[in-house]
Amino acid sequence: MSVPLEHDYIGLSEAPPSMEGSERPSERTSGGLNLKATELRLGLPGSDSPERDKGMVAEDKAGYPLGVLKSLLVVSGAKRGFSDAIDGGSGKWVFSGSGGSEAESGKGGNLFSPRGVNGAGKGGLVGGSEGANQNTGLGGPILKDGVVPQSPKPSQEKKPQLSAPAAKAQVVGWPPIRSYRKNSMASHPPKNDDDTEGKLGSGCLYVKVSMDGAPYLRKVDLKTYGSYRELSSALEKMFSCFTIGQCGSHGVPSRDGLSESRLMDLLHGSEYVLTYEDKDSDWMLVGDVPWEMFTDSCKRMRIMKSSEAIGLAPRAMEKCKNRN
Amino acid sequence: MPRMGYSFPEEVLEHVFSFIQSDEDRNAISAVCRSWHDIERWSRRRVFVGNCYAISPKMVIRRFPEVRSIELKGKPHFADFNLVPEDWGGYVAPWISAMASAYPWLEEIRLKRMVITDESLELISKSFKNFKVLVLSSCEGFSTEGLAAIAANCRNLRELDLGESEVEDLSGHWLSHFPDNYTSLVSLNIACLGCEVSFSALERLVGRCPNLRTLRLNRAVPLDKLANLLCRAPQLVELGTGAYSSELRPDLFSNLSGAFSGCKELKSLSGFWDVVPGYLPAVYPICSKLTSLNLSYATIQSPELIKLVSQCQNLQRLWVLDYIEDAGLVALAASCKDLRELRVFPSDPFGPEPNVGLTEQGLVSVSEGCPKLQSVLYFCRQMSNAALITIARNRPNMTRFRLCIIEPQAPDYLTLQPLDVGFGAIVEHCKDLRRLSLSGLLTDRVFQYIGTHAKKLEMLSVAFAGESDLGLHHILSGCENLRKLEIRDCPFGDKALLANAAKLETMRSLWMSSCSVSFGACKLLGQKMPGLNVEVIDERSPPDSRPESCPIEKLYIYRTVSGPRFDMPGFVWTMAENPALRLS
Repeated sequence: MSVPLEHDYIGLSEAPPSMEGSERPSERTSGGLNLKATELRLGLPGSDSPERDKGMVAEDKAGYPLGVLKSLLVVSGAKRGFSDAIDGGSGKWVFSGSGGSEAESGKGGNLFSPRGVNGAGKGGLVGGSEGANQNTGLGGPILKDGVVPQSPKPSQEKKPQLSAPAAKAQVVGWPPIRSYRKNSMASHPPKNDDDTEGKLGSGCLYVKVSMDGAPYLRKVDLKTYGSYRELSSALEKMFSCFTIGQCGSHGVPSRDGLSESRLMDLLHGSEYVLTYEDKDSDWMLVGDVPWEMFTDSCKRMRIMKSSEAIGLAPRAMEKCKNRN
Repeated sequence: MPRMGYSFPEEVLEHVFSFIQSDEDRNAISAVCRSWHDIERWSRRRVFVGNCYAISPKMVIRRFPEVRSIELKGKPHFADFNLVPEDWGGYVAPWISAMASAYPWLEEIRLKRMVITDESLELISKSFKNFKVLVLSSCEGFSTEGLAAIAANCRNLRELDLGESEVEDLSGHWLSHFPDNYTSLVSLNIACLGCEVSFSALERLVGRCPNLRTLRLNRAVPLDKLANLLCRAPQLVELGTGAYSSELRPDLFSNLSGAFSGCKELKSLSGFWDVVPGYLPAVYPICSKLTSLNLSYATIQSPELIKLVSQCQNLQRLWVLDYIEDAGLVALAASCKDLRELRVFPSDPFGPEPNVGLTEQGLVSVSEGCPKLQSVLYFCRQMSNAALITIARNRPNMTRFRLCIIEPQAPDYLTLQPLDVGFGAIVEHCKDLRRLSLSGLLTDRVFQYIGTHAKKLEMLSVAFAGESDLGLHHILSGCENLRKLEIRDCPFGDKALLANAAKLETMRSLWMSSCSVSFGACKLLGQKMPGLNVEVIDERSPPDSRPESCPIEKLYIYRTVSGPRFDMPGFVWTMAENPALRLS
């Protein structure tokens, strides 16, 4: 039986990444068997001292830690319990015995892939189950011990290198502050003469990114990138599944390698160009102005077919000249 | 057919029912008997649909043919924090087109977190001759062109409130589309607009609408124009300033101060972007009448804030940045004995270190000094069980308590224990608590407390908390009045969800993201519970491309009488067994 991977819940430290969380047997394993018995207790065994050591979890600058869940218990016999519970309709906490092996769920890292939102996704690691004896406990067949090799992708994933000193890694949507408020504070830093310490929540700046031919658009936080290279790499990951027509059917990680380089080719080749709308509502090619100037003036982006982008380059140059 | 002599004629019943406004009461009335049901449905004028996908427009129209006012909500609350991908849904267009023909006398439309296009706005402006109220709260999908249509065509418009919507600013000239003979404006909120509106049009509009009570300007309106506007509308009750900054000039100051003094009815102030503190005293003359003050965009430091709030003895609602610090909250507690609602927002939420002297003490002070305090939203960086217990004991009348400790899973900073006991005290003492948001280090125990005590709780937000399915089970089995549950990054999985499946039909919705719910469980739920839409959001790839035991990214479950929706984007999958069996 494989040892369940113990992943930290959300590690937000700046500690250099160790790719996997510490591995130790989960107390959940024994706790699970007694869940019914502990129903009347105040808490599960071991719940008095939650171990949540931080700093054990890999994260990328985009702020999303890779290892996340403590190992999850799935008890095979429970499948009857679930159907009973549902058919019975009483919503009672039914938990019929254990039997079968404990197993854990698929790699937790997938859960936090922030593709659509935070930009610097994990490359869509779809991570098959890596545990042994997967049992859904849900009326489905007991899965064989077909182990999908744990993808090396996350370990090799480049982290965007930020020029600024590492601020606290940001988790998507946390703290829970409305975009309206964040953008309000970010876009107009105070012009006060008496200077205030502390920045004005200039933590993020969401802009929409659309791609010609893609069925839906994304939002990215420009503040999470320090350079055009980081931005372009993140966009590649986000939109790669569109360019190859559909997302991989087996979630095999290598598909991303293929599609990213293909998108890279497409972006760097002639098929698509990355453009943005600036504060004057002009459409410009991304990359012509210094990065900070770009983030200050970018209202939204569009991955445009090259054929449509003709005429943008000269305008961008002229505009720069006029500014200077 | 009611027997004569045993009941009132229909007209009398209808007249009696017209005094009953609350939805709950009306629903009760319609359950009495067939004829009451019929009379009630013909006389219902206002409909609230808390989840636009819970029912179809056709069904609403069929049941309530004479509606004058409709309120719809779309996206889940966590959409506010970018947890719901773009293009998830919440499109109002089908509602507008259905109502355009069915409700020619519609007067009011209120939308929250919905997508509305310029076409819909134009359709509204042309279909409803007596249209009066348009409130768009946190909406998106439209531009100033749509607003121009509203301005041009809605002759009887009273209220236009854009809330915190995302509006594409094509031009500020839309405001000029209000005809010269249009004078019925009562409330205008354009605070969210980025671009400049035509200022002379605004001045003329304000000047010719004698009933204008509410005016919330956008940031682009400069301070030196404010005095003029106020002089034209001294009857204002609610004002949102534009940018509150300018170089210090005595004439500007005295104009402003005079203008404020002239507004004898002013009770609510907001705006205050880019504040230059030197201009704050201009509002001192009216402070004592203020009941609502929103300084949450004002980067004013604690001393100025103290001077300001100390004069607002009648304040009932204060929204402010954490620049107010503990000292400012002490002053608030001392001066504002009528305070009902406090919201303290973080000035630097992403900074690694605290930048202001705001701790749990500030909230404790306010809970001690303000006997009517019942609604709190508080961002801070440290909290203790002791403080929470004190707050709970001080304020058993609390109805909304939302605490956000900025660091996820932060323990009691004094004892390093989880904050279970503190939040437990909140739910135990505050028996009327309707809304609760948790944060900090929390085990399953806190959920046991919540399930045991929070019997009136209607909405619960949970993040980075709990240890096992037992936590979720406590909530779902214990909180009898729970309507909305939103959870992110918690180790809750299949067991509690499936064991409490029936509970989900008694709630409006459940959101779970970055938890441990497997695809298989979602499918099972979708199959077994036809009264629920079980929607899996997964932007990686189709969930059936992975083993069933794999956790899904995000899950949104809501009850519905109209089956799975048809406008789902590619990354949303419904677990309904047979999506084709959609009821309309």
